[in-house]
Amino acid sequence: MRLRNVRAIFAREFISYFTTPVAYVFLIVFLALAGALTFYIGNFFDRNQADLESFFTFHPWLYLFLIPAISMRLWAEERKSGTIELLLTLPVSPWDAVLGKFLAAWLFSGLALVLTFPIWLTVNFLGEPDNGAVLAGYIGSFLMAGAYLAIGSCLSAATKNQVIAFVLAAAICFLFTLGGTNIVLGFVASVLPQSLVELVASFSFLNHFDQIKKGVIDLRDLVFFLSVMGVFLFATTLVLELKKGQ
Amino acid sequence: MIEVQSLTKDFGSIRAVDNVTFTVRKGEVLGFLGPNGAGKSTTMKMITGFLAPSAGRAAVCGYDVERHPIKAKERLGYLPEGAPLYVDMTPAAFLGFVAGIRGFRGAEQKKRIARAVRMAQLETVYNQPIDTLSKGFKRRVGLAQALLHDPEVLVLDEPTDGLDPNQKHDVREIIREMAPEKTIVISTHILEEVDAICTRAIIIAAGKVVVDGTPKDLEARARKHQAVTLKMRNIPVAAQQMLVTLPGVLSVESVPGGIQILPKPGEMIYATVEGFVRDKAWPVEDILYARGSLEDVFREITRGAERAPAQAEGGRA
Repeated sequence: MRLRNVRAIFAREFISYFTTPVAYVFLIVFLALAGALTFYIGNFFDRNQADLESFFTFHPWLYLFLIPAISMRLWAEERKSGTIELLLTLPVSPWDAVLGKFLAAWLFSGLALVLTFPIWLTVNFLGEPDNGAVLAGYIGSFLMAGAYLAIGSCLSAATKNQVIAFVLAAAICFLFTLGGTNIVLGFVASVLPQSLVELVASFSFLNHFDQIKKGVIDLRDLVFFLSVMGVFLFATTLVLELKKGQ
Repeated sequence: MIEVQSLTKDFGSIRAVDNVTFTVRKGEVLGFLGPNGAGKSTTMKMITGFLAPSAGRAAVCGYDVERHPIKAKERLGYLPEGAPLYVDMTPAAFLGFVAGIRGFRGAEQKKRIARAVRMAQLETVYNQPIDTLSKGFKRRVGLAQALLHDPEVLVLDEPTDGLDPNQKHDVREIIREMAPEKTIVISTHILEEVDAICTRAIIIAAGKVVVDGTPKDLEARARKHQAVTLKMRNIPVAAQQMLVTLPGVLSVESVPGGIQILPKPGEMIYATVEGFVRDKAWPVEDILYARGSLEDVFREITRGAERAPAQAEGGRA
């Protein structure tokens, strides 16, 4: 892995988001939905509490279908247009390319997150929130977005069809998200021993995000999201190698 | 230098490239010929490390492409089939990106890009988005990208495809100029191109190398190579029978407006025929002498190779 390659690929990729309307459509939809969910379904005002829990609660669900919309183009588009041949015959390792592209997408999702700052201003205007907890929520949400993106990256590398990349990524992300809800756990508990139920639950994004969104940063949750990223980015490099041999 | 050894590629049950072996040395320009789907591009994709071979190996400047991919790719300039490009970028941004990855910064980067832009004549479109450019310009952006780092080895998949005659000429000039210092492989199905720039030609059909030689060798394989045609309106009685007894003559055929005399392989019969005709004082309007055409060789060889698998299957059934 060479830093200069990662940086070059990252920069090219990040700028490319803004040369098409995709970036602007995504940012607007993300901000509109994040706001609407917080105020109408999250009852931001009625809760009468100076925190952003009703804002962060919806992030896993928002990411569930918005993140695959970013990640689907990562590799599928390159494969479709043939530019992947150009990229992978330059002196770059698969890791350079995977990491550069991922970081660009991650920073882009981070930008979307940063642009929600008016809600932070609002809560500071209305009351005196614990801004440390708010920051923790943002960090957790950013890490979770990275985990969703890494899953999407892997599935995008496996196909040249962006629609397939989107649907598969959304499906896998759905399983990871719902791993902690009764829909999945109830079923798992009826057929598997208790220890395995806990294992399944431990992979749930909802469970890991649950504490963070309240402002409690547990090292284990951070390590979890970072591990998911590492595993799926590694899987992306494997998929690329596998495709090379086909 | 490029070394290709027993290179084989299977796509499922289809063998796209079958045990291909050749070496290209510095100063050589190898023309890679073959009908569409013969395995030219697949072979090039394996040399450049985009596809992994099912068997065999390829090495660039001594570096095995599978075991030392970065070292091999650093020494390689590649124009992929169809010249894929990031079309949302301008040539300026795109070449900047490639230069960054090639490790050029600052003044050095500027110098390298300026040189590539000059060679590919991209000055007029330097700041236009690539997707607004004509096919010819896109191809030249791809070429500029391949030349940027002045690589020892160039692999160009159909570098003149879609260019107008002037642009074709320019690209061939670029290749010819660089040739003495580099190892170059180009694929093409334009046979005049082989004549114009290649020092060597490989014809590949159904994944196999069927001919490997200089363009002159190839021409010599044409049945009509060195054939002599006598143009005359009134053909003397028994002319064909007389001509066929001349030394070096293989056969005599009548063609529209005269007769054609085919030589035995390797024989030069022009002088013999000309002398004979003068002695007999035949009313010949013109004596034409044919060089073998690469087109003929190409057709004869590749047709044969394409038919072969079908026959094999028939035999098994």
